[in-house]
Parts: sequence; C-alpha cells; structure tokens
Amino acid sequence: MAVTMVKKQAGLTGNSAVAYAMKQINPDVCAAYPITPSTQIMEDFSSYVADGKVDTELITAESEHSAMSACIGASAAGARVMTATSSQGLALMWEMLYIASGLRLPIVLANVNRALSAPINIHCDHSDSMGARDSGWIQIYSETVQEAYDNLFQAVRIAESEKVLLPVMVCLDGFITSHAIENISLLEDAEVSQFVGGYKAQHPMLDTDNPVTYGAMTLPDSYIIFKHQQSEAIGRAKDVVVEVGKEFGNRFGREYGLMEKYRLDDADVAIVILSSAAGTTKVAVDELRAKGKKVGLLRPRLFRPFPFKEIADALKSIKAVACLDRVDSFSGFGSPLFNEIRSTLYEFEKRPKVINKIFGLGGRDYKVKDAVGVFEELLKIAETGKVETLIKYITL
Amino acid sequence: MATLKELAKKDELFSGGHRLCTGCGIPPIVRLILRSANAPVVATTATGCLEVGTTIYPYTAWRIPWIHSAFENAAATISGIETAYKALKKRGKIPKDKEIKFVAFGGDGGTYDIGIQALSGALERGHNFLYVCYDNGAYMNTGIQRSGATPLGAATTTSPAGDVILGKQETRKDLTRIVIAHNVPYAAQASPHNWADLSKKAEKALKIVGPTFLNVISPCPLGWYSKSEESIEAAKVAVDTCYWPLYEVENGVLKITYKPKQKRSIEDWLKMQGRFKHLLKPENKAILDKLQKYIDAEWERLLSLDGKVI
Repeated sequence: MAVTMVKKQAGLTGNSAVAYAMKQINPDVCAAYPITPSTQIMEDFSSYVADGKVDTELITAESEHSAMSACIGASAAGARVMTATSSQGLALMWEMLYIASGLRLPIVLANVNRALSAPINIHCDHSDSMGARDSGWIQIYSETVQEAYDNLFQAVRIAESEKVLLPVMVCLDGFITSHAIENISLLEDAEVSQFVGGYKAQHPMLDTDNPVTYGAMTLPDSYIIFKHQQSEAIGRAKDVVVEVGKEFGNRFGREYGLMEKYRLDDADVAIVILSSAAGTTKVAVDELRAKGKKVGLLRPRLFRPFPFKEIADALKSIKAVACLDRVDSFSGFGSPLFNEIRSTLYEFEKRPKVINKIFGLGGRDYKVKDAVGVFEELLKIAETGKVETLIKYITL
Repeated sequence: MATLKELAKKDELFSGGHRLCTGCGIPPIVRLILRSANAPVVATTATGCLEVGTTIYPYTAWRIPWIHSAFENAAATISGIETAYKALKKRGKIPKDKEIKFVAFGGDGGTYDIGIQALSGALERGHNFLYVCYDNGAYMNTGIQRSGATPLGAATTTSPAGDVILGKQETRKDLTRIVIAHNVPYAAQASPHNWADLSKKAEKALKIVGPTFLNVISPCPLGWYSKSEESIEAAKVAVDTCYWPLYEVENGVLKITYKPKQKRSIEDWLKMQGRFKHLLKPENKAILDKLQKYIDAEWERLLSLDGKVI
C-alpha cells in the first residue's frame, strides 16, 4: 500500500519504505518489471505516479532485461534513473548490469534479495546479488527497513558523485525485510531534495548540439584502459560512501559507515554476516556476553567495493572468525564473504582462524541458537587453535 | 517529400571512413534515413555490422548522439532514451519546443530473433520512435549464420548446402506482419535501390507520433556471395521478383508502393548470389519451386489486401 501521509514516523514494510524513498527522490525515469518479493516497490511507486505524487516517467518493461536496458538508455540520455528487482530478475539483467557500469551510468537499483532457481524458491538468500558482485556495481547491504530507506538516498549521491559515476545496488532481504513492518523515521520531502540535490548528467545524449557516441567498440589497444579507469572509479567509491554516510548522519542523526561493529572491540571471536541475519546474531552476542563470553559481530554494509583494509583492521586481533554466507559459491573455496575476508587477513602474520558457514539458503530460518552454535565452535577454535571443518552448511 | 537535390544538401550525419564492407547495403540505408529526418536524431544500434563497423574506438561515424548497449535490446534502449526526453521536457530541463527524433537500428538477427521481445514490448508501450531493421538475411557480423530472416534454401554457415540437407529448410519469418499485428500507426518495407520510396517512408515514419517500423532489405556481398558492385541491383531484383515487396501499412490501411510491371522469376535473384547456387541445379528444383510458390502466395495475399483496411 502506498504511503499517502507525510509524517516523521511510519510503520512500513521494507518494500513500501523503498518505494516511499523513491517517491521522495522523484527520479526522472523508472523502468521495471514485476518479480517477487520486490514487486510491491513498483506497485507502490506506480500508485504514486498514477496519483500524481511524483512526475516520474514510468516504463513498465516486458522483462527485466529490457527494464535495465531502458534504464541504460534513459541514464545515457541524461535522466536520473531508478529500478527494483529480485532474483531471476537480477539474473536476467546480468548482461546489462555490466553494460550499465561499463558505460559509467549512475543508475540506482533496489535489489530485494531472493534465492535463484532451481529449484524455484521465492525466499531470501544472497545468491542473486552475490552472483553480480563482480559486475562493477557498488553494493550496499541493509540490515533493517530503516537502513534500506536511508541507503536509497545515499545511493543516489554515491552513484552520481563525479568521483564515482557508477551504478549502485541497495540490497535488502526478501520477505524478512521487504515484507516486515518496522516503525521507521521518515525524512521530510524537502530534506530529501536538499540531500540528493538535482542531477546534471555530464554527457547527455539529449544534448543534440554536442553529439556523443556511447558504447563504441574497443579493441585490445583500449579495452583494458577503460576497465582500469572503471576499477579506479569503484575504488574511489569507498571514501565517497563514508563521506555521504557522515553527511547523512550530520543532517538526520543516523550515520552510516563501511561496516557495523557490534561488541567487537574486545572480542575473542566474531561472526561476519550481512543484512538482516545480523540482527539475530546480535541477540546471540548479547546472550553470550551476559555469560562472560567475549563474542562480537561485524556486519559489512559496503560489499562492493570491498573495504578490505578497514575490515582487516577490525578483525586482525581476533582469534577466530566465522564468515556466514547466505549463498554457496558451488565448489569454490568457500563463499564470497569468506573468500574476501580470509584473503584480506592473509597478509598479517598473526591472523585469526577463519571458517565459513553457509546458512539460510532459500529463506531457511537462521535462529539465535544457530548463531550461538557458531560462537561456541569459534570459542573452541580460539582455545585450541584447531579448526575441524573449514567450510560447512548450517541451518540444514 | 524532399527531392534528391534537397536531400543531398542536408548535413551528412553518417560520415565516411567507417569500416562497413564495399557494397554493403547498410550505409546508404542509414544515410538516407538520417537525411530524411526534419529534426535532430538520437539513435541506438543493436550489436552487429552497423555497430562494429562505425565505432571502433577512438573513431565514430556518427555525427548524432548514438549509443550501442547490447544485441537484443535496441528497442528497449530507445524506449529509455525517448522516455528520458519526455521526463526532462516535462520538467523544463529541455526546452518545450525542442523536437528530437528517436531511431533504433538493428539487423535481422537483432530484430527478427534475439531482439523481437524488446521490439514487441516497445511497440506495445507506444514509445515515439522509429525502428529500422536492415535485413540482410543472416547473422553476417558473426560470419553468415542462419537467422529467422534467412530465405528458404539459402546456404549459411549454420545451414550449409550439404550432401543431405540443402541449405535452410524453413521459410523466413514475416517480421513486418508481426509488427503490423501490434497495430502500430506506420510500418513499411523498403529497399535502398528505390531511394525515393525509402526516403518518403522514412520521412513519414519520423513524422508520425508513436512507434513506427521500417524493414529494409540490405544486400550483403559477403553473406550473399554476390558482387559488391551489384548490391543495389540485387536489391532491385529482390523487389522485382516480389521476394521483397515494397508496401506500407498506415493507420491500418495497406498500400503496395511499387508493383513490378513484369514480376520476375525468383531464379533471376537467386542466380546473382552464391548462397543459392545449389538451388539452380536441376535435381534441387523442388526447393526452388517451393520458394517460388511461397513468394507467389505472399504476393497474391498482398495484392488482395492492397488499399484495404487490414
């Protein structure tokens, strides 16, 4: 249901909050295609369009591939562009994700994380966005509805920063966050327009007096140079994420950084986990802390670019770390969080033992007891220095 | 309609020095269409010969804003550009009186086959754009593989004339009819040999508000195994044999825009092209007859609809 009242607090689902953020941003163009569990974002947004609450031009594309293609066209034309999708929809966009980033188009996409088929499953895991982790998109993972809402405004600023000019994917967990109602603080419309500001594209195609060619064919003499520039740009995004998160905090009282550390500073062992499952893990941290166990949590907010230096600094003195991935990199050496973090820590002579748990695929419940189980295993590793199983499925 | 003299005086928007083959049908088609527009044009091109041949970095043959994003999405890409124009105009970021025409170009592979979904979606949504398909009857850019537009019996690298199977076994898809079924305000078939007809159709298509479509036959010496210097003639013979009828459907009314005085036998067209060599052997006459029969039936169908609401 679309939000019609403007007030400082509202009980909203993650999807409605994202749609409401999009309404407040009032982008020039949205192009989308329905898919569970993100459908409600575009349903709500379509109501805003139909009721004249926004004057965005909406393209109801005939597929996600075309939705992203239309976003690319609109963005290259000079428009501020947003979309939303999930799972198979993101998979169908795959080809175009690389083109959006390669053409340096600051499109913002809300991805409501959902498992990939087969077997078909509409519930949460991170196989969709993790599969796209090397597509050149900036990826921000949201723990709560509030964060998903706040992240969307920041995403616009990050994407459009002259230092960056890259697309941003704001991820929130399917059903767990997208359909759960949370009481959140809303910004005023004027605060949003002040924060996101206007958008002026550098080389809009609609400037017919200054014709530009987008997407020229490149041969081995130049392709790598473009990719190097793109690599540098996404690297620069890290500082921009920090700056924008700080500015957001100064203005609205909720500051965001590269990661969240929860009772981590003096911890012996830690879980690293993304998005909503961090909330469950925090309960386990509190329970074990009450029993005198020195456990903590690190929740990366920015996954692409991966803030390896900052994360390594946060984890290097810990004895044992478990990376909990809501995705399986089939037959790889562990899954994405584990890959990144273990490899990040390799350069330190004294480094934590790092293990990998694959959990919660296809919406399988991840409970406090699961987190407690992992912490207990970590405490044992910290004590003995021995790892029994490096990579293991839990919540089976 | 502009005279040849007037057309020649217009700015050249598609520069020379591109890398399309000698005798390729695409450049004259693109040049003429761009010259037929009476407002600035913004264009996109599907992956294919036109894209590869015109933009090898750091060069570009396009003197208009142009984008290539992928193979199957020219229609979706132009949808986005045209929608951005509407959005920015509405918000006063583009002057109210600033008119821009939007054109998507795709080959037959990018249009009949991989791009048909995006094309269908864009036509149904009613974007204000012209889609131009340059139909050379196969995936020429990747090396002459059969497409949905490849004529019956033609040899391609994926439908070779073998000992047992003699070229493509199926008749081509009639894309123009598929487009017409979307009830678009204007759709037409054209040929580069008849520049006046092509230019008139392009001018009309670009003037009409809503999605419009031109399917233009585009000779390809490489894939047709034809002589470069005979490309325009090959296009003419395709029309005179009624393999490629010139017609238009405007607001539901079909009109044949050129009727050959003497309809020529399809053999006249086939013998200009090495891809049909095997069809001219007496033992393969059955395939040739089948092709002739198909062309005759299609031409009769068009004649029966000429001047009528379809």
